[in-house]
Amino acid sequence: MKQLFIFIKKEFKHVFRDQKTLLLLFGLPIAQILLFGFALTNEIKDSRIVVADYAGDGASQQLIERFRQNDSFVLEQSLLGADDIDEVFKQGIVKLAVVFPEQFEKSLIHEGKAQVQLIADATDPNTATTLTNYAQAIMRDFQVSYLGTASNLQIEVVTRNFYNPELRGTTNFVPGVMALVLLLVCVLMTSVSIVREKELGTMEILLVSPFNPLMVILAKAVPYLILSIINLTVILLLSVFLLDMPINGSIPLLFAVSTLLIMTALSLGLLISNSTNSQQEAMLISLMGMLLPTMMFTGFIFPIENMPVPLQVLSNIIPSKWYYIIVKDVMIKGLGFAAIWKETLILFGMTLFLLVVSIRKFKTRLA
Amino acid sequence: MNTLLFLLQKEYRQIFRNPTLLRMILAIPVIQLTILPLAADFEIKNINVAIVDYDRSTYSRDLVHKIESSGYFVLVDYNGDPKASFGYLESDEADVIIEIPEGFERNLVRENHEELFLSINAINGTKANVGGGYLSQVIQDFNQEIRADWVFRKPNKRSAIAEMVTINRFNPLLNYQFFMVPGILAILVTMIGAYMCALNIVKEKEVGTIEQINVTPVKKHLFILGKLIPFWTIGVFVFSIGLFLVARLVYGIIPVGNVLLLYAYLSLYLIAVLGVGLLVSTYSQTQQQAMSLAFFFMMIFILMSGLFTPIEGMPAWAKFITQLNPVTYFIEVMRMVVMKGSSFEHISRHFAIMLGFAIFFNSWAVWNYRKTS
Amino acid sequence: MTGEVAISTDKLTKRFGDFVAANEITFDVKKGEIFGFLGANGAGKTTAMRMLCGLSIPSSGQATVAGFDVYRQTEEIKKNIGYMSQKFSLYEDLTVWENIRFFAGIYGVPRSEIAPRAKEKLRQLGLYHQRNQLVASLPLGWKQKLSFSVAVFHQPEIVFLDEPTGGVDPVTRRQFWDLIYEASDQGITIFVTTHYMDEAEYCHRISMMVDGYIKALDTPTALKQNYGAESMDEVFFELARGAQRKGD
Repeated sequence: MKQLFIFIKKEFKHVFRDQKTLLLLFGLPIAQILLFGFALTNEIKDSRIVVADYAGDGASQQLIERFRQNDSFVLEQSLLGADDIDEVFKQGIVKLAVVFPEQFEKSLIHEGKAQVQLIADATDPNTATTLTNYAQAIMRDFQVSYLGTASNLQIEVVTRNFYNPELRGTTNFVPGVMALVLLLVCVLMTSVSIVREKELGTMEILLVSPFNPLMVILAKAVPYLILSIINLTVILLLSVFLLDMPINGSIPLLFAVSTLLIMTALSLGLLISNSTNSQQEAMLISLMGMLLPTMMFTGFIFPIENMPVPLQVLSNIIPSKWYYIIVKDVMIKGLGFAAIWKETLILFGMTLFLLVVSIRKFKTRLA
Repeated sequence: MNTLLFLLQKEYRQIFRNPTLLRMILAIPVIQLTILPLAADFEIKNINVAIVDYDRSTYSRDLVHKIESSGYFVLVDYNGDPKASFGYLESDEADVIIEIPEGFERNLVRENHEELFLSINAINGTKANVGGGYLSQVIQDFNQEIRADWVFRKPNKRSAIAEMVTINRFNPLLNYQFFMVPGILAILVTMIGAYMCALNIVKEKEVGTIEQINVTPVKKHLFILGKLIPFWTIGVFVFSIGLFLVARLVYGIIPVGNVLLLYAYLSLYLIAVLGVGLLVSTYSQTQQQAMSLAFFFMMIFILMSGLFTPIEGMPAWAKFITQLNPVTYFIEVMRMVVMKGSSFEHISRHFAIMLGFAIFFNSWAVWNYRKTS
Repeated sequence: MTGEVAISTDKLTKRFGDFVAANEITFDVKKGEIFGFLGANGAGKTTAMRMLCGLSIPSSGQATVAGFDVYRQTEEIKKNIGYMSQKFSLYEDLTVWENIRFFAGIYGVPRSEIAPRAKEKLRQLGLYHQRNQLVASLPLGWKQKLSFSVAVFHQPEIVFLDEPTGGVDPVTRRQFWDLIYEASDQGITIFVTTHYMDEAEYCHRISMMVDGYIKALDTPTALKQNYGAESMDEVFFELARGAQRKGD
């Protein structure tokens, strides 16, 4: 036991002596919380649009004024033809053009019908849809007030947004960042630090010591476990005090399941380190191989239910997906263990599986 | 010149001598580019709806039918127990609960006004926003219909409908994959280039071979060029496989713009990104350090590049950061040239900025690489 | 020995913060000489050598190597020296032949000369049949010999060897010294650090470093006489007794 302690101390020294590793361990979660909290959003504000008003009558002026007053748009008026609009889109700054045909008001009054053209740069379908939706809403309001039919048969929609009344992106992102950081950093650190000892030959020294090889592995894992828990605390403190995130559920439960995810990550790191021979290979797998898939299959950027079925199935093997569900339930919805036992069991099963496989591999290597 | 050839020969030999690594360098981008864009879809569909209808009138049933047939919503429960319905929200089985109050039709006709209640699971703010938006639109349309119906029955009322016709340029079917594939390809090429380059030099430091080089009269810039060129070719190779095999065969994406223009930009971009890799390596003593630094910056580069979330929505300070991020420009150029067919005039600004990045990072790296301590 | 000076230092000093790794070292090495640089681990041998090779800039003092200044002309120095570091530092994932070709190439040995000379060198070393093997697969002794051959392949004026025989068996060490003598016969100046005292006897002159200072500098015979010692071992113990720094 005392020997184990000595080993753990040695590993801590490795970590703390290296500022660059510390930057990754602690700088990354902080940077991510800040970026997701304050910079990254799917909302669109101040989007530059071009208005081509060939009508120049009262109705078109009124409608344009409504566009001008909307926060989402920054207007620029110029009489562009269809080709010119494409040309503007190709420069990539303007994303939407609104074209009023000649005699807009006249047709509206005399024929009871008039059209406005919305031309969107649909390169980014998400931005295009959002912008056209905003424009449609402006149009609806205009129509209601222009025709004065507002009072007829009005269905008013009363919306209550649960769990996140202000519809903030952070509520969704914070659990995602927790999942991403805990998983990736742990996998990366353990896999690389073990392979490094292999590469430098110090692993052999440790293995010929009278120390149980499994203890060597355990000693490698413990510092990262502790650091990750500190990390988790930092993330939670930041999200509560900086981003005003609620923690509605039990904090001990949150820490308990987080520890479970960290264990899963450590086991995965172990498996990777036992399957590779150089730091470069270990890094390629745990960084290049895992970064994007983890980001995308956790479900906090793209909803998993939107994915094709095979990918939905595939997403089940990503541990952070389950952890993400758990954190949302506990932290935001304030649910108890009863609501998350299934996900917890899955994570537990994954951990056990990874551990058994990697210890098997480790043993055959020694034999 | 001769020296450079010897350096290059050595680097290529070492790269090809490690087939495991080489396979990974090729396989990881190909697999990811094949799978990931399929997973990237913001389009909100299959919104699960539970409806509690206290009215059960013609109007309420019409509304339910309209919601069902709009294609965005899946009706998970109709007219169940109101309490159970809220439970669905908790268990994520329903995203929205619609409550139609008793006397909905009657009040609408008599008092010209009635309320409808939506309860939305808003943890994912975007999804709630968009889903709620769709639902409002369906309800508005329904409102218009019954209104028109009503007006029709009282023919004196004047009617005037102003509508908007939307034309979606460059991606008429709003296919999100067309948007994601160029972006993800850009990120993959960036990661391969920057990591491999950073790790390679640091490995020489760790093993000690770099000292043997430092004691030779090899010029710094030649040594660095010897590292840059091999990874540059790997980057171009990976990019070509991604563009001509995966993007074309799997996603049917054929660049609208000039492919040569794309390659010209790629060439310049790779020099800049490899410069970042070199820079990281000059500041690191071990591979673990290099990896930590590279991972840290790569994460920020990816998040702040407009890959997943639009730059337009960011606050000013964040927009400023995106301007300092080379990845932003490459992703933009990729999307502009591949999807819109932008020409050199449209992206000349991007070229100028990337040239600046390339010179800046590489000069810094050469300056900071010390043969002598 | 022509009496011409190959290396000359005057109060050469290197500090790392408060720690003085090499303290006012002053000596001359004559052309063609085998100059032994002795000392315990941590005495400052490697630091001194790295300054002379242009790998490390001195904190103060003067030195010239092959007539070039160690502050301003490090790249000129590098053209005229060979270096073999303490840590084996050829490319393990390249073959014997590829390593020689590579280093010869970057030292600017003309292309046409590389192959015949490499062939001859490898025959001499008895490594010709292993020429297409990866260096990683060679035993340590052979690696060291290969390292040495690479260091002198471009026929430098001076070659610096940093503990070249660490960890190899006595027979291989003997063979290694044969290589050194051979190089010396060709007029190459040899600057070698070691802590094997029997090897010290092979040198023309040796200097003893203790705690960053040069404590003694003479021929092995003269040193033994001065200290009334039977062997270099005894001389070393006599000098190193007062050392403060512990070896690592």
